[in-house]
Parts: sequence; C-alpha cells; structure tokens
Amino acid sequence: MITMEHVNKSYRVAKRSAGMKEACKAFFRRESQRIEALKDVSFSIEDGEMVGYIGPNGAGKSSTIKILSGILTPESGSCLVDGRIPWKDRIQHVKHIGVVFGQRSQLWWDVPILDSFRLLQDIYSISNSMYQNNLEELTELLDLKELLRTPARQLSLGQRMRCELAASLLHSPDILFLDEPTIGLDAVSKLAVREFIRRLNREHHTTVILTTHDMQDIEAITDRIILIGKGRVLMDGTLDQLHAQEGEGDLDQIIAGLYRRLDIV
Amino acid sequence: MNEREELLKTRRDPALCREPARSSMGLYLHYISLKLREIMEYKASFILTVLGQFLVSFQVFLGIYFLMERFHQVMGYTYGEVVLCYGIFLLGYSLAECISRGFDAFSRMVRQGTFDRIMLRPRSTVLQILGSGFELNRLGHLLQAAVMFAYGVYVSDVSWTFFRALAVICMLIGGALLFTGLFMIYAALCFFTLEGLEFMNVFTDGAKEYGKYPIDVYGKRIMRLCTFVVPYTLVQYYPLQYVLGRSQNGLLIIAPLGTILFLGLCAIVWRAGIRHYQSAGS
Repeated sequence: MITMEHVNKSYRVAKRSAGMKEACKAFFRRESQRIEALKDVSFSIEDGEMVGYIGPNGAGKSSTIKILSGILTPESGSCLVDGRIPWKDRIQHVKHIGVVFGQRSQLWWDVPILDSFRLLQDIYSISNSMYQNNLEELTELLDLKELLRTPARQLSLGQRMRCELAASLLHSPDILFLDEPTIGLDAVSKLAVREFIRRLNREHHTTVILTTHDMQDIEAITDRIILIGKGRVLMDGTLDQLHAQEGEGDLDQIIAGLYRRLDIV
Repeated sequence: MNEREELLKTRRDPALCREPARSSMGLYLHYISLKLREIMEYKASFILTVLGQFLVSFQVFLGIYFLMERFHQVMGYTYGEVVLCYGIFLLGYSLAECISRGFDAFSRMVRQGTFDRIMLRPRSTVLQILGSGFELNRLGHLLQAAVMFAYGVYVSDVSWTFFRALAVICMLIGGALLFTGLFMIYAALCFFTLEGLEFMNVFTDGAKEYGKYPIDVYGKRIMRLCTFVVPYTLVQYYPLQYVLGRSQNGLLIIAPLGTILFLGLCAIVWRAGIRHYQSAGS
C-alpha cells in the first residue's frame, strides 16, 4: 500500500544567460529560480495494482518516483510505502522495491551479466536458494540464457533492458518502479517487456508503477492512470473512465488533447 | 498448495528468503574483484597501468636523493631522516588512497546520476562509493610506498625501541585517517557545487609532495597552518621528533590519533552533504 498526501517539492535552478560575460557574472552572484516540481500531490495505490503515471516532460513524474523510492525528501506532506517512510528508513525501504530506469543502466558495463547479478546477490543479501530460484525463473521468462555470459556493453538495447528487469527483480521486490522501460526498444522487445510485466503482476502480485510516454504501454499494462501536469495531479482513474469521459478512439490523441486542454504541455 | 503458490510464499516471507546481511568487508572485496575483472577485459591497458604506476613516482625519490647529494642535510635533518619521514607519510597517504580515494569518483556519480542508483541499494552509501570507485593503480602506489617506507627504515639511523615503532604505526594510521577525511570533504563539497574543486588537490596530492620534508622546514607560518587548519603535523612533524630521538615526550607517540577528531568533523560535513542532496535533487 502506497499513500502520498499533500506532498510538495521544489528545486532551486541556477539561471543565467549564454555568453562569457554572463558566466563571469554568475560566478560571483548566482541567480536562481524556484521551480515547484510537485504541488499538493495526493494518491494511494493498493497492493498488486498496476498504475500508469503519465504527464508531459517536466511534469513531476521523476520527482514523484524519487520520493517514493527514498532518493529525495519532500518539503512537506507525508508519504508511506507499506508502513515505511522512504527517505527515513532508506535501507529497509529499498530492500522491498525494484527500480528500472529506461535511460540509465544499473549493470556493470564491462563484466558478464552474471557477474553483475552475483554482486547484486551480495548487496541485497539474497540467500543462495532464493537467488537460484529467481534466476532460473527470470532466465526462462525473459529468455536470458544466451545473454548471461556476455558483458553488458555488447548487448543490444532490447537485450539489455531484459537484463535490467531481471537485475531489479532478483531480490523479489513487492513494488516495481518502471521509468520509461520501453524507450528506444524495437517492436518485438517492447512486446516481450510488456508481456513479462503483466505476468509478473499476475503471478507474484507485484505492484507496478510505470511512467512512460508510450500510450501502448499504458493500454497493454496498466488498469489505472494518474495524470500529472505542472506538479499537480489532474486525473486519477481507470482507462475505462478516461474513455467514458473523453470518448473512444486513439489513446495518443485523447492524451494529447487532454494535455492541450489542461494547458500543461 | 501448488508449486507456484509455494514459490510465492517463499518470495513473500522475508524470514525465509533473506540471509543476515553479508559483511561490509566481504562486499567491498566483491566490488574490488569485479573491478579487477572489468579491467582485465582490456588486457594491454591493464598491464601497462600496473607497470606504469609502479615506475612513475620513483622520480620523487630521485629528487630527494640528488638534493641530498649536494647539501647533505636540510634544516638539520639528514638524508636518512628525510627518507624515513617521506616513507612514513607516503605510506599513510597510499593506504588512504587505496581504501578511500573512491570518494574522488563521487562528483562524477552525482553529475551522471549514478548516485541515485546507490541510494536505491540497501547498503551504506559510503561503502558503495568506495567499492565502485576503487581503482587498481592504487595498489601499484601502495606497493611503491611500501618499498619507499622499507628503504626509509633501512637508511635512517634510528635505534629502534618498542615506543618508537609504536609511534611509526600511529603515524601510518593517523595519516590514513587524515587523508581519508580530506577525500571525504572533497567529495562532500560536490554536493554543493556539483563540480570537482581542483584546488582541493593541494591538500591531498600536493601534501603528498610537500610532506616529504618534516614540516618545520617550511617555517613557522606553514607549521601553524598545517596544525590548525589541516593537522598534518600531528601525523608527521610531532611524532617524528619522538622517533628521531629529538624529544622524549611520550604524548607525541599518540599525537597522530588526534586525526580521529578531524575525521569526525569531515563525516559531519559529509552527512550534511547527503541531506542537501536529498532535498535538492539531481
């Protein structure tokens, strides 16, 4: 169970114009601007739900994920994940979550995938039996057999993403955060990733929170969407509710229309 | 209960599936072994690195040798005494470098966002930074420092007693702690500026160079700076006076342990940095 209540978060961003003169000026006196990343964000997610967290670039999606996973501390508001405050009980908390960033690898670049997995076993203190169990299962479901002995740098993006998913699940997390997991993947890889996530949820009851710009991901995986724009939650409901409200048709069109109408792009 | 449900149960029950946390030391060694395998992927580079690092900084030693050849002593210190002083200081520095120079990798981690990944793993952030920031060439430095140290002990005319040996051991530990603290502060500053502050190298790499002579050689003002700003004298000048038999004050033996206090201060800055990171984001 995840609850966020009235969470606010803002950053200071350094500002300066281009050019040497401006750079020198900024060296002595830096002008900064407050950017409100999240404003009064509240929602709750039950165990085993699959939620699509969508919004235009810069809407506050990553900030939310970072708060829920214990990387960032919000300025105000409360946040509980299975009874834990993420940024206060960081070490306890992260034992129970898995995070995949589509744009960033967590694998060690120059060693075979299996070496990375072994280190993760040590980091998460996973027992040998559980490690073997999970590795076998993930190898089968994600078709990793041929990849495990290859260094990460020699894998294609699609192959690597399958390994990233496995790396995030070796410790059997209860909650999986996916930040654009299908970005840059070919059609076959996308389908494989989606199918795997559905199956994971069905068989292990893993809660999945997915941020993406790919509406097909949303249609294929999630039951519920939370729409965020300019730091506020603007919509929270099932896909059916969205269609009932906005009409049938192409989800991309509907979402683009919604972004424009709400003026959040 | 079918097999699937059973598996699910094992996955859910933390008592069944998690062993007591592996030791931090074990994990650190695992990081180093992974690093080694990583470097061995590039064979030629690996061999050249080890060789090159071993040879490179004997030039410093040659510097002292040729200087002493001409002048025979520096401010009352003989050749053997200077070499001993340098050997001890360099070994303390290299120990720190081996264990904790990983902090250097830290500003890059923050900039590239890999520090997020470290926050997502259930281990201390320091352990992970040191583990993943380890560089093999530091083992070369350590070996070299050990050779220098052994040579220093050999050419110095110190008549060794238990307490003099103890003072040397304290100097090594103190030196390692002092430089660890400096590497730590150096990294913590990146939390605030996001850029490595090159000038900070004066206190680490620079100190390694200047620390080859007992610090009183540089005059009163530098002495004061090296005691009250960064306490180099605690691990070099003061205990050295005892080792060389110029002072009988037993307190000087444990003077290097004063650096524990310094390290404590550095740790406070580090913690402040982490908090700043958590509230400031990327």
